[in-house]
Amino acid sequence: MSGELEGLLVILCLNTIYAYGVFLPAASGQLNLGAAGFITLGAYCSAFVNSELDGLGVSAWMSIPIAVLFTAAVSFLIAFPILRTRGVYMVLATFAFAEVVAGLIINLEFLGAAQGMPVDAHMPFYGLAIVTLLVALFCHYLMATRCGLAMRAIHDDESVATLFGANVRMIRVWAFATGGALMGLGGALYGHHFNYVEAQNFNILLSIYILLYVLLGGTQTAWGPVVGALFFTFVPELFRYLGRETGEKWLEDGRFVAFGLIIVIMMVIRPEGVVTRTLLERITGGRRRQPASPAAAE
Amino acid sequence: MLLEVAGLDVRYGRTRAVRGMDLTLDSGEIVTVLGANGAGKTSLLKALQGIVRLAAGRIRFDGADVTGWSAPRRVRGGLTLVPEGRQIFVSLTVHENLQMGAYSRSDPVDAEIEEIYDRFPNLAARRDMSASVLSGGEQQMLAISRALLSKPKLLMLDEPSLGLSPLLVIELFDLIKALNRDGLSILLVEQNTHMALQAAHRGYVLELGAAVISGTPEDLVNEEQKLEAAYLGGG
Repeated sequence: MSGELEGLLVILCLNTIYAYGVFLPAASGQLNLGAAGFITLGAYCSAFVNSELDGLGVSAWMSIPIAVLFTAAVSFLIAFPILRTRGVYMVLATFAFAEVVAGLIINLEFLGAAQGMPVDAHMPFYGLAIVTLLVALFCHYLMATRCGLAMRAIHDDESVATLFGANVRMIRVWAFATGGALMGLGGALYGHHFNYVEAQNFNILLSIYILLYVLLGGTQTAWGPVVGALFFTFVPELFRYLGRETGEKWLEDGRFVAFGLIIVIMMVIRPEGVVTRTLLERITGGRRRQPASPAAAE
Repeated sequence: MLLEVAGLDVRYGRTRAVRGMDLTLDSGEIVTVLGANGAGKTSLLKALQGIVRLAAGRIRFDGADVTGWSAPRRVRGGLTLVPEGRQIFVSLTVHENLQMGAYSRSDPVDAEIEEIYDRFPNLAARRDMSASVLSGGEQQMLAISRALLSKPKLLMLDEPSLGLSPLLVIELFDLIKALNRDGLSILLVEQNTHMALQAAHRGYVLELGAAVISGTPEDLVNEEQKLEAAYLGGG
């Protein structure tokens, strides 16, 4: 595998994990624009625990789980005030959280302040790929459980979900905190792969992109985040590649313009995201329906 | 007595939507609550389900004081509301809507879901399709079926006939009566006074948040003038 392709796949893996972190709350109807904040927490926590020189010098087998638990705990605690807000206010609240995290880190000397922090243990690409696969499987499994069903019902109509005994608040807090933990995991993996973390790398642009992966990929099924991350990771690269190969420099330079256009077009033609349940049903429907009910075959 | 409501008050800010409402419902009864728009019927049901807070009053249900219970706990206790306008989950399939109805239960429900499919072949044919493809009548059947899966002792229906064709309304009331014959107690809020009084054992007429008449359907019809006044918002 060429180095360039591997580099791209690493980004894809990280983006997919981040996207699942935003997907879980989104599947229950909450928009999280604070991805960068959770990623920063995970990355710095793991870096501090692992780094021999500036931190505790604990092995990566411990530092990554610790980072995940730490991010989960923080997400759980901030979920209560944040989930009091709705819609666009929740977007702002999560964004504000990410800014607070970035502001804190930049002012903390023991975390390297604005210079960032080295991470000792290296996580190779195959390790990342395995974790990404596990995260995807976990989210697929989750969406197939009772809890996943309740999350989707809450996304549709939270007051009616309450009518059937769903504890809306608890499920939302749970989805938000689990999503936060996943983003913390992504951040920790980022640090261990690149062996350096820097708060400025996890900025609002990253949060926006991750939210876009999820919304354009589709929040109805656990396939959405993968498709969204794939699309967003490869399409700009494809433009760059095409520009280079054909010598048409405008393709390379203008790739973000074209990219923006594609986003707008997709929002118009598929507001529910690329992967919807109807689409999946069309792909798998014939297989699923028959054993379930012979009477339904008309 | 399955349900006993005493002195129930619901307030939205300074507006008193329900004032000092008393209501009783025996096991096996269909009780209807009639009244004009804004009379407080929906607020009454929401208060009974526990989605809006009481400003005053007590609710006893199935031998327990449920006044302080949360909505999920009341569902588990056997009190289920089918909200106005059906409110099915449109991005879930028909089958998932039914599963959501049984969300508060931990015992297996597959056999009960199959019974519902036997009763409503239209739902069975669309079990794996998005519930948004159902017609209005089918959506109402799904909404009621979904509520039944929570195994209610008392089913509360908020304007179930709203937006249904006359033929479907007849079908709906046949279903309500059939469910009642099978032992289900029903609290029915309706605009369709004629059909509701035909099905109900007793009724209440609300006006400005308080019951102005109560009694058997015959009593209510005999006090037709008062009934008309209640609907026209006069007094």
